Amino acid sequence: MDKGTWTVKVGLAQMLKGGVITDVVTPDHAKIAEEAGACAVMALERVPADIRAAGGVARMADPTVIEAIKGAVTIPVMAKCRIGHFVEAQILEALGVDYIDESEVLTPADEEHHIYKHPFTVPFVCGCRDLGEALRRIGEGAAMIRTKGEAGTGNVVEAVRHARAVLGAIRRLQGLTPDELMAEAKNLRAPYELVTEVARTGRLPVVNFAAGGIATPADAALMMQLGVDGIFVGSGIFKSADPSARARAIVQATTHFKDAKILAEVSHGLGEAMPGLDVRSMKPEELLATRGW
Amino acid sequence: MTTIGVLSLQGDFREHREVLERLGATAPEVRCPRDLEGLDGLIIPGGESTTIVRLMRTSGLLEPLRKLVGRGFPVWGTCAGMILLAKQLDATGTPALEAMDIGVRRNAFGRQADSFEVDLRIPVLGDPPFHAIFIRAPVIEAVGPEVEVLARLADGTPVAARQDRLLATAFHPELTPDSRFHRFFLDHVVRRV
Repeated sequence: MDKGTWTVKVGLAQMLKGGVITDVVTPDHAKIAEEAGACAVMALERVPADIRAAGGVARMADPTVIEAIKGAVTIPVMAKCRIGHFVEAQILEALGVDYIDESEVLTPADEEHHIYKHPFTVPFVCGCRDLGEALRRIGEGAAMIRTKGEAGTGNVVEAVRHARAVLGAIRRLQGLTPDELMAEAKNLRAPYELVTEVARTGRLPVVNFAAGGIATPADAALMMQLGVDGIFVGSGIFKSADPSARARAIVQATTHFKDAKILAEVSHGLGEAMPGLDVRSMKPEELLATRGW
Repeated sequence: MTTIGVLSLQGDFREHREVLERLGATAPEVRCPRDLEGLDGLIIPGGESTTIVRLMRTSGLLEPLRKLVGRGFPVWGTCAGMILLAKQLDATGTPALEAMDIGVRRNAFGRQADSFEVDLRIPVLGDPPFHAIFIRAPVIEAVGPEVEVLARLADGTPVAARQDRLLATAFHPELTPDSRFHRFFLDHVVRRV
C-alpha cells in the first residue's frame, strides 16, 4: 500500500475538476460553500481583498482557523503557505490539510526558490502566468496548477490573460517538430521532458484551474470555455451582497458553462458583485501575480 | 454500438469517457434529463459526492435517474458514484439514489495524506492483480443478500461490489491504463454476454 504517490496527489485534483474551490475564513463560510456545491474550500484568515487592504506581511493562517474549518465540512480543505516557506508547508501537512496552495497572495518568504514539493505526502497547487511557469512548478512537484489572475480585484482580465497564455502556448507546442522542442524549452525556461510531454499530449500533465478575479457566474463560465478544468473563487463570493446565492450560481455556471440559457437563468438577482479594481490603475508593487517566477 | 452516458456535472468524467471510447463504446456527457435518452447504461464518476448530488438536484437529474435505476438500468459508480448508489451512508451523508443494498462510509481512510494505491486480486477480472487507486475513498461497511462482493482489501474490507445491473467501486479504474473493469461493466453488466 503506497501513500503520497504522484498518482494520488494528481488524482485528488482530478476529482475536483469541473468544480469550484472557495476561499473561506470561518466555519460558517465553509458550510455555506459546501451547501452551495463547492468541491473544496481554501481555509484563510482573510480573503485576498482584505489581505490587499490590510497591507503588511501576509502569512499562513492560524492553525486554529484551519482546524475549525476542517471540522465544519466533509469536502477537502486546502490552505495557503508563503512561496518558498517550506516550514509553513510542513506545519500545514502536520495539520492534515488535503492540499497546500503555495500562494503569491501571501508575502513570499523566498524570492528565488519555490518549495521543493516532491518529498511531501500532501499535494501542492501553485500559481502561474504562462506555460513556462506552470512547468517549472510541476517540475518542483506541484500536482495541480492554477493560473494566477490578480487576486482580490474582482476583475477577470488577468485570469483571462494567464489562461490564454498557458493554453495558447500548449496549442503552439503541438505544432512544433521534435527538433524544435529543445529550443522551445529554452525559450519557456521549462524542463525539457515536460515540454515534450505537453507537446505530445496537448495538455498539462496535471489539472489546471483558473483563479484571481472571478466574481460572477459569467466570469466562471468564461474561464471554463477558455479551457481550464475548474475555478477558484476568492473574494468574489464573501465580498458580494448575497454570498450563498452567488456561490450557488457560480457552481452551476461552472458545471453548465456551455449552456447560455442556464447561465442566463443563474445570473438573475444575485445582488451586488464585489466592488472591482481596475488592474491598469494599480502600481506594479500592488500586483500579486508578479510574485514568484 | 453501445452507448454509455457519463454523468458530467463534476469530477473525473473525461477519464471515464476516454476509456469507454477506447473500448469502442459511445460515451456522451450527461448534464440534464434529456441526456438520459437512448443510453444503454451510465457511469457516475469520481468527484465530490456532496457537490454531485447538489448538482443532480438542481439539474433535475435525481428523480429521473432514480426511476431508471428502479427499472433495471445499468449504472456503475466509482468512489463518489458508489456513495450515490448506496442505500445507507454513515452519519455525514444523505443517501441519493438509494439503489444498491450496501452501507457505505465516506472518507473511510482519513484525509488526503491517507490516499493510497495498491494491487488487488479481483477474481472476476482474472490475472494479473488490478492496480487500484483510492483517493479520500469510501468503503463498503454492509452488504445485503443480493450483493456480490467483487474485491476486498487485504484486511477483508469490501471495496467493489455488484448487485444485478449495478456496479460499485471505491477506487478509480478510470485513472489507470488498465481497462478491464470498464470491459467487465460493458460485457457483464450492460450487455450480459
